[in-house]
Amino acid sequence: MSSKQEILEKIRHLRLDQTELPTIPEFKNSLNTEEEFKASIEANKGEVISQEKLMSWISESGFQNTLSFSQLINVNTSYTKIEDAHELDQLQVAIIDGQFGVGENGAIWITNDQVPFRAIPFITEHLVIVIPKNEIVPTMHQAYIKTSNQTYSFGLFIAGPSKTADIEQSLVIGAHGAKSLRVVLV
Amino acid sequence: MSHSIASTDFLKNEEHAKWHDETLWMIREKRDLASQKVPEWENLRTLASSIKEHVLSNLDHLLLEFEANATKNGIQVHWAKDAQEHNQFVLDILKKQSCAQVVKSKSILTEECHLNPFLEKNGIEVIDTDLGERIVQFLHQPPSHIVLPAIHLKKRDISELFHQKLQTEKGNEDPYYLTQAARNHLREKFLKAKVAITGVNFGIAETGEFVVCTNEGNADMGVHLADVHIACMGIEKLIPRRNDLGVFLRLLARSATGQAITNYTSHFRGPEKGKQIHLILVDNGRTEQLGREKFRNSLKCIRCGACMNTCPIYRRSGGFSYQSTVPGPIGSILSPGLDLKKYSSLPFASTLCGSCTDVCPVKINIHEQLYEWRQEITKANPNYAESLSMKLASGIFKSPLAYRISGFLMRKLIINLPDSLLYNPWNVWGKGRKLPKAPQESFRNWYLNHRKDEQ
Ligand code: SF4
Repeated sequence: MSSKQEILEKIRHLRLDQTELPTIPEFKNSLNTEEEFKASIEANKGEVISQEKLMSWISESGFQNTLSFSQLINVNTSYTKIEDAHELDQLQVAIIDGQFGVGENGAIWITNDQVPFRAIPFITEHLVIVIPKNEIVPTMHQAYIKTSNQTYSFGLFIAGPSKTADIEQSLVIGAHGAKSLRVVLV
Repeated sequence: MSHSIASTDFLKNEEHAKWHDETLWMIREKRDLASQKVPEWENLRTLASSIKEHVLSNLDHLLLEFEANATKNGIQVHWAKDAQEHNQFVLDILKKQSCAQVVKSKSILTEECHLNPFLEKNGIEVIDTDLGERIVQFLHQPPSHIVLPAIHLKKRDISELFHQKLQTEKGNEDPYYLTQAARNHLREKFLKAKVAITGVNFGIAETGEFVVCTNEGNADMGVHLADVHIACMGIEKLIPRRNDLGVFLRLLARSATGQAITNYTSHFRGPEKGKQIHLILVDNGRTEQLGREKFRNSLKCIRCGACMNTCPIYRRSGGFSYQSTVPGPIGSILSPGLDLKKYSSLPFASTLCGSCTDVCPVKINIHEQLYEWRQEITKANPNYAESLSMKLASGIFKSPLAYRISGFLMRKLIINLPDSLLYNPWNVWGKGRKLPKAPQESFRNWYLNHRKDEQ
């Protein structure tokens, strides 16, 4: 007997009575989701900034390696062609669009449609995500309802920069992934 | 070694033990604040518990549904009945890729299967990439907590370790500096790795996708740069619907650390172009636990660690004193199922105060199951309760009525217990400092009151 059959047989042998699967209520909440979203991003150690501020940060910092996939704002890209994500090891800023944000926790939904390589939001030193202002839902429940018909192969909620507290519980931003997250609402 | 003897080791360094106790309590308080901000919190816990109840009662169908959908999406699914078979699958995949070095993100299941020593014996270097896990790996230690693997260490220890392993400045204890050193060290490994291993937080039957949560981004750095992703998943990690994720993700990080969500929540539905995803479904004793009616509920666990952070014994004795992969209250009900003799002292490493049950996001009746194990252990070995360390407690554990009273008394007593009693030498766990505030209401009391309300 294969292990698959063996495991299934063991379960069937128990003849457990199937219990009912509960329906999930909508849990609407009436808070101001945009304000809540901003506060959540800040709590996660990200920043919500204006488009002007983004532009001046980019030009003042003198980054050599930037990459933008945004359809919502216009920023220069310094790469001509990328064959493999490993080439992005020195990437300083990646600008991508997020589909929408979640008020209660600052999570932003992105799929493989927004980035040609899944590694981009992680390997970049700084990450910028642009979201349409009106695309913010209150909680994770609405987030999953909103994306229920999507056919992504990779989907991701990003809620802040890479962080760790593994050394004596001191919070450090910039563990393995992006060292900062800037969010622009347009 | 019994738990109480192992914990005396931990308590030798009093200052450290005190820090451990207070730090975990602080995380417990963060969890309280985070949960209070969600008005439907209790509702979510009930939902999560009944969703998992359904999963456990329908596991064979859901596993097949999950496998069919995952396969349709291009994920290669393997079934492993035990640790050995799981480890062999991983090794075979690595060999096929001619891979001698693999990066791995946090997975308690691979700890349970002792994957690292197995691969190392077979000539493969495993690099744990979660910062805390890398630290304990350097020290040849297992993690001491399922969410905070290096919580038993101080920055002085880590600074010294990194000085030796990563050539950081001697005496530099700055957490930012040390983290950056680890970042550079691990970045090199990520860029070279051909295969990456991760755990799985949730597998969704309806869509065949699985979800991995991290704050560091190490799981994603590993898998997106590698050609092959191996995901190791216990069969109880299933949930039926994608919408169920809304319930569980709202509970998980808040319960674990008081964050609203982890900074990365990755949904893997299929491999990136030209790459592979292998998913290994592992039983390793889970079907046996499913058959133990009294302990079945323990399989609902989503590994948030909240029961550890709140447990007065865990906080004061450290994860290593349990000598099992999953320590703390939940470990004390899972481990005896794997090896009753080896772990027979664990169900006694509890005050039965019920605090674990009160915080558990999937409403596992942890302290009641601890009591049940005590019954089983005493039945199997009547002398056990008479042994020296148990003398004090045996009166309590022998009678169900006494148990109900003892939890109640504990809550009352902790508030008024004189220091002379707390610091009495027989009280191994009492050494160190004052006990924290006792919870207001135990699960049993709450449950009974609740039932009264309903009637
Ligand atoms: S038993 Fe409950 S509280 Fe403990 S780790 Fe599991 S889910 Fe969290």
